[in-house]
Amino acid sequence: MEAAVAEKRKLAAKDYKSDIKPIWCPGCGDYSVLNALTRALAELALRPEEVAVVSGIGCSSRIPAYTSVYGFHGVHGRALPVATGLKLARPELTVLVTSGDGDGFSIGGNHFLHACRRNVDITYIVMDNQVYGMTKGQASPTTAPDWEGSKLTPEGTGINPFQPLVVGLASGANFIARVSASDPINMAKIIVEAVRHPGFSLVQILSPCVTFRPEQQEWRDIVRTAVVDYTDDAARAARRLMTDDGFNVGKVLYKGSRPPFKPEFEVTDGSIAELEASFVI
Amino acid sequence: MLKQMEGSRAVAEAVALCRPEVICAYPISPQTHIVEALGEFVKDGSLAPCEFINVESEFAAMSVAIGSSAAGARTYTATASQGLLFMAEAVYNASGLGLPIVMTVANRAIGAPINIWNDHTDALSQRDSGWLQIFAETNQEALDLHIQGFRLAEELSLPIMVCMDGFILTHAYERVDMPTQEQVDAYLPKYEPRQVLDPAEPVSIGAMVGPEAFMEVRYLAHAKQMEALKLIPAYAAEFKSVFGRDSGGLVHTYKADDAETMVVAMGSVLGTIKDTVDEMRAAGHKIGVLGITLFRPFPIAQVRAALQGAQRVVVLEKSLAVGLGGILATNVRMALSALPIDVYTVVAGIGGRPITMRSLHGLFRRAEQDDIDAVTFLDLNRAVVDKQLDRERAKRRSGPAAEAMLRDVGVVAAKLA
Ligand SMILES: Cc1ncc(C[n+]2csc(CCOP(=O)(O)OP(=O)(O)O)c2C)c(N)n1
Ligand code: SF4
Ligand SMILES: [Mg+2]
Repeated sequence: MEAAVAEKRKLAAKDYKSDIKPIWCPGCGDYSVLNALTRALAELALRPEEVAVVSGIGCSSRIPAYTSVYGFHGVHGRALPVATGLKLARPELTVLVTSGDGDGFSIGGNHFLHACRRNVDITYIVMDNQVYGMTKGQASPTTAPDWEGSKLTPEGTGINPFQPLVVGLASGANFIARVSASDPINMAKIIVEAVRHPGFSLVQILSPCVTFRPEQQEWRDIVRTAVVDYTDDAARAARRLMTDDGFNVGKVLYKGSRPPFKPEFEVTDGSIAELEASFVI
Repeated sequence: MLKQMEGSRAVAEAVALCRPEVICAYPISPQTHIVEALGEFVKDGSLAPCEFINVESEFAAMSVAIGSSAAGARTYTATASQGLLFMAEAVYNASGLGLPIVMTVANRAIGAPINIWNDHTDALSQRDSGWLQIFAETNQEALDLHIQGFRLAEELSLPIMVCMDGFILTHAYERVDMPTQEQVDAYLPKYEPRQVLDPAEPVSIGAMVGPEAFMEVRYLAHAKQMEALKLIPAYAAEFKSVFGRDSGGLVHTYKADDAETMVVAMGSVLGTIKDTVDEMRAAGHKIGVLGITLFRPFPIAQVRAALQGAQRVVVLEKSLAVGLGGILATNVRMALSALPIDVYTVVAGIGGRPITMRSLHGLFRRAEQDDIDAVTFLDLNRAVVDKQLDRERAKRRSGPAAEAMLRDVGVVAAKLA
């Protein structure tokens, strides 16, 4: 047992990366998210086969292919329900969802609400760049109403931006944090905390799209470390969010204690080989 | 006026000339340039009055279109591939409610495996949805068919999909003859809805209909589609008188007169096929072409008339009915029922595989000798499939097929993902 633990500890961040080179634009925030994610997995001392990363479609959703853990690249907007199915079928896996503000809050917005409500023990990492990067720069739900950079919103969206943390809190997310891609060490630390916290954990990452939102390169100077530490009181967290401008980063905002949704069946403690044998027809 | 422009831009300008009042869209390649251009026209005021709505998904796009069309506004949207599948429930709803929405489908493959390139499987998945479906061969035809599309949809009170090959047409720069606003206004009357949500005369749209009348309501849509078979040639003729060119219609034959072998296809691949046929004709082969412009309703009588003199028919389609073979071919067979003509299904170009003249030469020559399978997959790399089948036979848990097959052909999975 001890030997196994020691074996586990040997893995470094790079061991969680696949040999496929990311094709993101140079300078894209998603590179540092990938680094933080792999660093977090090393810190958690999980074997690659103990982890699954699920995504939808988008630049951010390419992450699974760049890792050496189980990866699932689904259809646009469906990452959360796919991950829910996966976690319920294999509760012993550590399941993370990595996607974007478009995948998660526009086409998949409905699932976001219900994933928070259901509170399955998964960690949702949203790379928020306030744009659809992959389709070349259209406004997303988190885009400011006066951003006129896309021809699809000729006058700006003119509508209220989606507030992931507020909605997540109201819907029942059990762990809520915001981090900046410009601070990979802290990002990794918070991903570790999010994974360790039971239930549905939401981590919003401000991850600049340098190609279609070049002004986001300034985020690294605009963001500030949140002054207060996390609360376990949802009402207090809600009050903090009321005065939040979206740039308070680097700390956990809320840790709830709702029990996670768990499948009824018993988890087998048999070996993978035994488990596999039971599937052979 | 003659202009050199991208296919998407040409379609956007044509749609703008049709004076849509509501446009809603969610971006997806290769549709995006069309709706981005329309957004630009709304911003610069050249398309007014028009509401342009950037929505949160394709399901929302079609649902917004349903709402605005029900309120009596001329309504346009566009999508492709996964987007079309995602909106499918609303697609059926729009046609069931008889709402004359015009939608461009920038044809693209559907996944899994994820693929952004051209084929016709997206639009053909909706062939029974009750929408009229028309396929453009060139960018000129794509722009013309949108103008005819609004006219037809609004006359029949049925929605229409104008299908154009993704990338091959949407992203190609070609010369097109762009009509003037006066011409379009002369051809396309102001929209007079057959049903409208009007506070002055309140009605409810969307009744629940049980077995007592469901078949009749659905039959009405079928009867209207049959009517389209008469209206379309008339509208195409009228189009010619206003715009001075042939565009649209039901089907088009090419070098078909004494053809023993007839090739049937839809969309832009007809160009490659015609070039191949030209060369084969020059070498003495009796081969001709039938291009199908209208896919729904399917012009059974016209297809039969065009093909009945042939000895064999090769249906080359960018789609695959898994477990059967062809979709277009099945329809063509129906048109030829009880005739002693061999019909070959050729599945070609799916997921964007290039259809080359070289491959077509080989295929058509073998077909002339009746030396092809009833269902043929053009340029299929059978060895790669066999290798995967072997793997699956050898091991129960053989892993994801697409990734393994990509490795076999020497491409790293994520490069394409
Ligand atoms: C059903 C469907 N509609 C549209 C698309 C096209 N599409 C691909 S990714 C994307 C948006 C991605 O935005 P986001 O999740 O923010 O990811 P980013 O690229 O910004 O990381 C869209 C609209 C699609 N793949 N499927
Ligand atoms: S388009 Fe934007 S989000 Fe996508 S890889 Fe480039 S910088 Fe990153
Ligand atoms: Mg994004």
